[in-house]
Amino acid sequence: MGSRPPRSEPPVRTASPRRRSPYRGYVYVLPAFAVYLAFAVLPALHTAYLSLFEWDGVTLGDWVGLGNYQEILQDSILRRSVFNALVLVVFFSFVPIALGLAMTGLLARYRRPGMGAYRFLFMLPQVVPLVAVGVTWRWLYGDDGLVNQALGAVGLDGVTRAWLGDFGAALIAVGLVGTWVLSGLCMMLFLSGVQKVDPHLYEAARLDGAGPVREFVSVTLPHLRGELAVAMTVTTVAALASFDIVYVTTNGGPGEQTTVPGLLVYRLAFSEGKVGLAAALAVVLGCLILAIVYLINRLSRSES
Amino acid sequence: MNTATRSERWSGYALLTVMAIAVVVPFLSVFLASLQPAGTPVVGLTWPERWSWDNYEQAWSVAGFSDLIRHSLTIALGVVPASLLLATLAGYALGTARLPGGNAVAAFFVAGLTIPVELIVVPLYFDLRGFGLTNSYLGVILVEIALFMPFSVFWMRTHFQSTPASLVEAARIDGASSATILLRILLPLARPSLMTLGLLVFMWSWNQFLLVLVLIQDTTKHTAPAGLGFFVGQNTTDIPTLAAGTIIVMLPILILFVIFQRSFMAGLLQGATKG
Repeated sequence: MGSRPPRSEPPVRTASPRRRSPYRGYVYVLPAFAVYLAFAVLPALHTAYLSLFEWDGVTLGDWVGLGNYQEILQDSILRRSVFNALVLVVFFSFVPIALGLAMTGLLARYRRPGMGAYRFLFMLPQVVPLVAVGVTWRWLYGDDGLVNQALGAVGLDGVTRAWLGDFGAALIAVGLVGTWVLSGLCMMLFLSGVQKVDPHLYEAARLDGAGPVREFVSVTLPHLRGELAVAMTVTTVAALASFDIVYVTTNGGPGEQTTVPGLLVYRLAFSEGKVGLAAALAVVLGCLILAIVYLINRLSRSES
Repeated sequence: MNTATRSERWSGYALLTVMAIAVVVPFLSVFLASLQPAGTPVVGLTWPERWSWDNYEQAWSVAGFSDLIRHSLTIALGVVPASLLLATLAGYALGTARLPGGNAVAAFFVAGLTIPVELIVVPLYFDLRGFGLTNSYLGVILVEIALFMPFSVFWMRTHFQSTPASLVEAARIDGASSATILLRILLPLARPSLMTLGLLVFMWSWNQFLLVLVLIQDTTKHTAPAGLGFFVGQNTTDIPTLAAGTIIVMLPILILFVIFQRSFMAGLLQGATKG
């Protein structure tokens, strides 16, 4: 969605007798292009079209123009879901990136043997299904879960609770699952980026008497611009488009405390029969993601 | 390279170890819970008095996780070869041939990297239902191929761009056709890239949840994550069986990750950076 489809050259095969047509190569591109167009691009455009109707999915829809978008602006639950997604960005994106940078600052000065085992563990949450992660944390956060057990063990029995059912804590609890999933990725991205820094730069900085902080700011950080942009993009998209974790941990509850746009798109379209409104929310979500990704890439390029 | 001072080295490892424990403990907690006697209430991190694998048997046969795994495999084994084939063809043309407008087409693919499932899933349900492709693995397979196509094409194009142009040039002068060049010369060299792409696509397909939840509403046809998500809603009191089911759903990916660590890392770290 969003980015205007650049005009794609049609795979014309002119029967030129002397020279092979320069368009011939498009024969190879065509199958991938057709599948991508039919099952991703056109559905995205179809979503935008549906968002202009009030439709229950069964009977004939009514044209309402931008009415659904107006409803998103006015409806408190819909607005709440977008707000929650932005709160999740803090936990999915800001915290893991800050943590990753801090660890990188501490570890980047010297090369260490044995990083392979750590890398394996840190990337583990990246490869397993988010649904399984969600189920795991649902149980850790439960009444008898590990979180309460640990709090009890250090004498904090007073604060134990069913975290995911707590009005004040649920969103933060869900956010911290994202922190758990994405911190390792950010850290590994930054550490592998640092490997590419010329070691002489560190030696030079040290000869100039630079301390760890100075060294981090003037040597490490500038070399991580690309990795930072990637980490920000990946984690922000994960937060805004989150569905799996929220669906299995809280399903939006308690109340609407943890409702996110993805959850509402699913619920509105398939249990409440508000297909047009669901489509409009999906379009808003898609545009939000596109705008943020564009902004991040724009900023990271213009600074270099 | 400098070696760290003793204290600096050990504090670094200590910090890494603390974080590693934070990553591992949730997994450990679920694993230990899965070994407790079935139906018992389990508290946090408890070492089982007696190791019991009964819950796995229970989850596998009674709770139907064997079917879920089979369905997930069916889908993944449809998605992976098709993705590799289509992405190789497109990446080859966009990466080595100087196609007029080729960059624009490549950019059009890359633009799809940010498409969230939420954006396409609503009309897909209604459109595919019209063709009888809901509650069908073929429907899910087709959409997943399309969903992963931006990355796949981008990944293979990057690969083919990095192969020396002289190789293609020399073969062309020898009169090899573009198909021969791909099959005989470039494909054998592309094995590591294809391997990584195949693993990533398998993983994404295996982990896909929302799409399956919508397109396959018949619960007897669910995939592993969809089945697990559904099971949570149904059956939250029997923690040991749920834990065993969770482990079963994660296990195939974990095994692949252990065996093909290097390829996974290449994809997860470089793949992201090159984008």
